[in-house]
Amino acid sequence: MKLKLKIWRQKNSDSKGKMVTYEIENISPDMSFLEMMDVLNEELMSKGVDPVAFDHDCREGICGSCSMFINGEAHGPDRYVTTCQLHMRKFKDGDTIYIEPFRAKTFPVIKDLVVDRTSFDRIQHSGGYISVNTSGNTQDANAIPIEKVNADKAFDAATCIGCGACVATCKNSSAMLFVSAKVSQFALLPQGEVEATDRVLNMVKQMDEEGFGNCTNTGACEVECPKGISLDNIARMNRELLKAQFKK
Amino acid sequence: MNRITYSLNYRKPKDQYKASDELTVCLRYFHKNNPKGKGKIIKKSTGIKCKLSDWDSDWHKNPNRYPIKSSDKFSIKKNKLLNEKVINFKSFLKKDSQFEVSDSFVLSSNEPDGPLAQKWTNHKNNIRLVSPANKRSIDVIVVGTGLAGGSASATLAELGYNVKSFCFQDSPRRAHSIAAQGGINAAKNYQGDGDSTFRLFYDTVKGGDYRSRESNVYRLAEVSANIIDQCVAQGVPFAREYGGLLDNRSFGGVLVSRTFYAKGQTGQQLLLGAYSAMNRQIARGKIQMFNRHEMLDVVKVDGKARGIITRNLINGKIERHSAHAVVIASGGYGNLFFLSTNAMGSNVTASWKIHKKGAFFANPCFTQIHPTCIPVSGDHQSKLTLMSESLRNDGRIWVPKDKNDAKAIRDGKIKPTELDENKRDYYLERRYPAFGNLVPRDVASRAAKERCDAGYGVNKTGEAVYLDFEAAIIRYGKEKAHLKGLNEDDIELVKDLGREVIKSKYGNLFQMYEKIVDQNPYFTPMMIYPAVHYTMGGVWVDYNLMTTIPGCFAIGEANFSDHGANRLGASALMQGLADGYFVLPYTIGNYLADDIRTGPISTDLPEFNEAEESVKLKINTLLKNNGSKTVDYFHKILGKIIWNKCGMSRNKKELKEAIVEIKKLREDFYKNVYVPGTNESFNEPLAKALRVADFLELGELFAKDALERTESCGGHFREESQTPEGEAMRDDKNFTFVSAWEFKGSPSEAKLHKEKLSYDNIELKTRSYK
Repeated sequence: MKLKLKIWRQKNSDSKGKMVTYEIENISPDMSFLEMMDVLNEELMSKGVDPVAFDHDCREGICGSCSMFINGEAHGPDRYVTTCQLHMRKFKDGDTIYIEPFRAKTFPVIKDLVVDRTSFDRIQHSGGYISVNTSGNTQDANAIPIEKVNADKAFDAATCIGCGACVATCKNSSAMLFVSAKVSQFALLPQGEVEATDRVLNMVKQMDEEGFGNCTNTGACEVECPKGISLDNIARMNRELLKAQFKK
Repeated sequence: MNRITYSLNYRKPKDQYKASDELTVCLRYFHKNNPKGKGKIIKKSTGIKCKLSDWDSDWHKNPNRYPIKSSDKFSIKKNKLLNEKVINFKSFLKKDSQFEVSDSFVLSSNEPDGPLAQKWTNHKNNIRLVSPANKRSIDVIVVGTGLAGGSASATLAELGYNVKSFCFQDSPRRAHSIAAQGGINAAKNYQGDGDSTFRLFYDTVKGGDYRSRESNVYRLAEVSANIIDQCVAQGVPFAREYGGLLDNRSFGGVLVSRTFYAKGQTGQQLLLGAYSAMNRQIARGKIQMFNRHEMLDVVKVDGKARGIITRNLINGKIERHSAHAVVIASGGYGNLFFLSTNAMGSNVTASWKIHKKGAFFANPCFTQIHPTCIPVSGDHQSKLTLMSESLRNDGRIWVPKDKNDAKAIRDGKIKPTELDENKRDYYLERRYPAFGNLVPRDVASRAAKERCDAGYGVNKTGEAVYLDFEAAIIRYGKEKAHLKGLNEDDIELVKDLGREVIKSKYGNLFQMYEKIVDQNPYFTPMMIYPAVHYTMGGVWVDYNLMTTIPGCFAIGEANFSDHGANRLGASALMQGLADGYFVLPYTIGNYLADDIRTGPISTDLPEFNEAEESVKLKINTLLKNNGSKTVDYFHKILGKIIWNKCGMSRNKKELKEAIVEIKKLREDFYKNVYVPGTNESFNEPLAKALRVADFLELGELFAKDALERTESCGGHFREESQTPEGEAMRDDKNFTFVSAWEFKGSPSEAKLHKEKLSYDNIELKTRSYK
């Protein structure tokens, strides 16, 4: 395959970026998108051009490192995959592909396609945990039975990989899907109930302070989420928040 | 021979003493260069006293090499002190270059005394503690934030230490533990199927082909149940039954159901649990988190690990960090092979740097090659993907019986589904009728390689075998049809029903396969081939998880201790969390108890300066190198050498060749590598070059270790050591030891130390799966 790539190049967080065009040949449809980027970078380096920086690590769709906005979609045209699982067979010979970083005020660009997502970590610091000591002196794991339906729902929420596709997709750069996934996971489990009030208040507060936008229920995040995290979680978080505000 | 021994300081003839008399223990150093010939030249009092009746004059024959018997109330403490004296004495001798010290016996596992089941409890009762007030003035560095590093950071911070955590990813949540699929073992016996701590211990030692340390494995089995309690309390959503209790499944090599799981994402859920525990401590200010930082050297002050040098991966800043102890939890070195199921960034650098500063590296050649991975599709491939071991419960593995059929399949002339049943060779069922498709990983991998090498491989590259679900689809389909009262002879209906069952069990794996290979495994058999997955070898540690550098600890996959020569499924997660949550936080206190008055360690010490300068020099050398080949070029060649010559089966000739080739490649690397850009920027090729430089050294030691161990055991198969049927043959007489390598300037000069392994609670047997 022969392709034209238009890629966002930005030297560092202080400089201005721009789209740069590269042509690339001999791409096999069996390659993953990131392997195509590897080929491009090897070529650029052989010409003495600085390679394109991008985040990647596990390359099996679970670490949440990769963060490319491809042809206007987070993680590209396929559904329920991350960029590393996207294969070139989803494109046609001669295509032009636009590759940009995940864009949001809260995700400043570090270089090229690499963005800083530590705002996500800070939201987790504000309450994304259950305050239990790790000494192992807890009660037996089977002491509290948990309804299978709730355990499964909590699991589904917990599969979020924290990639930020929801924020990059949302026109308001809202992180509601990400935050609500964590709030829901714990709200659905008896272990998380004790701190539910403070958790939702603190996490939402931190989310607002970081500068993420609000949710206007367009549902784009759910469509682009590589793990299929459901909008139901946002509804659940709003309910939890309302409950908490009345309690306080 | 040069040697150090223990002896009692008799001041009059031995028979004039009573059994209850107390004598001082001395160290004696014998040296062959003594001009008067062989004899004692140094005798040093240790100040430790021992009753004659408590003295074991045959101490060198017992596995721990402890001279003071357990009849002495303080034997553990005293023996430990003695050992420390030896280490101090050695470093004194080393300063004087005319002495060459043979330290074969210094490698003590520091195992506590007593019966196996009591060891850990006894040890916990006897080790020293640090008071909460004093913990506040002690700093600990943890490198790596996977299951081991993350859980250790959280627990140490919770205990009151000041923790600094480092990871090269942009967030601790992205460490590669996240990719573990199958599950985590624990001897909970919730199913009432006869599981127990002893059984888990036994299965692990046997699965490891009797090359692991008994006391460590028993402790692991003992704390395993606690892990599940802990994780549930943290909100980890394990799979549950309709009654609301936890569900279990079964894994290869065992006869009970002890594996806890969260669908195919157990590693993710456990890691996020550890990450949440870390977040709690970060919020409290007890953990200082350094994302996108890579450790590039360890700093030793007065022989103890006192800090590290890191590079900030965003702006290239070289930083100094000091602490009273350094914990390495940076995972395994599977990326040595270039293609593996490890993450792209996984590397050996932290482990290798401490090795070069004095930490012994144990059993580097023990690598796990996982039998069910998606095969390599071409030269562009950057990484391999695992298909969970659980698939072997329902999949049958085969290749064509006839080479011509295999060729026709490779050429695309016939489809596998068109090949008659009697033209297929279900080679695992044929060779191992008792275990069939569920033989352990090492056995299954070798069998696949054997068939493909013989010319029966089924994909374009000739390196793939089939994993076929049709029999299971039909079996489940018939059951379903029977249940629903439908026609069991309508084969299409039966298959449709069967596919639904398979989908509910393995849906996410089948989807993953389809995305990557672009074939639908519900209708055509999967193609699989073995790939590097885990490294059992690693930094040598004692029972306290301390390396041979005082104050430097290694936990999780980075150390060598628990899996012997082969790891069982669902045991890696167990070990990582056991080390981090429940073992290290205790044992590190024993070391840190000496540091309560030390005060903060200054980063202005000359040792920090020296380490920082050497890191900068290395970076500059790479950046200024006027080469033309990229880092990946070298990494790919290295991977090919290791895979072809030190992979699933190894022989003397090829291992020797590998050593020569790797050495040459390393020279070529420093001459011809091209690293673009500057240090002061986000520069991935530079980070990669620094990692590959270390792989190029490790690779040589890896081959050397494989060459030295002429037996076959677990994942290490030496062609010279096999039975007439081609099965692995262990040599217990000569190789029941851990190979611990000491760095001596270059990998080829590395010196072998042996830690003898003894099995007092398990009988050494040949593994048979026939």
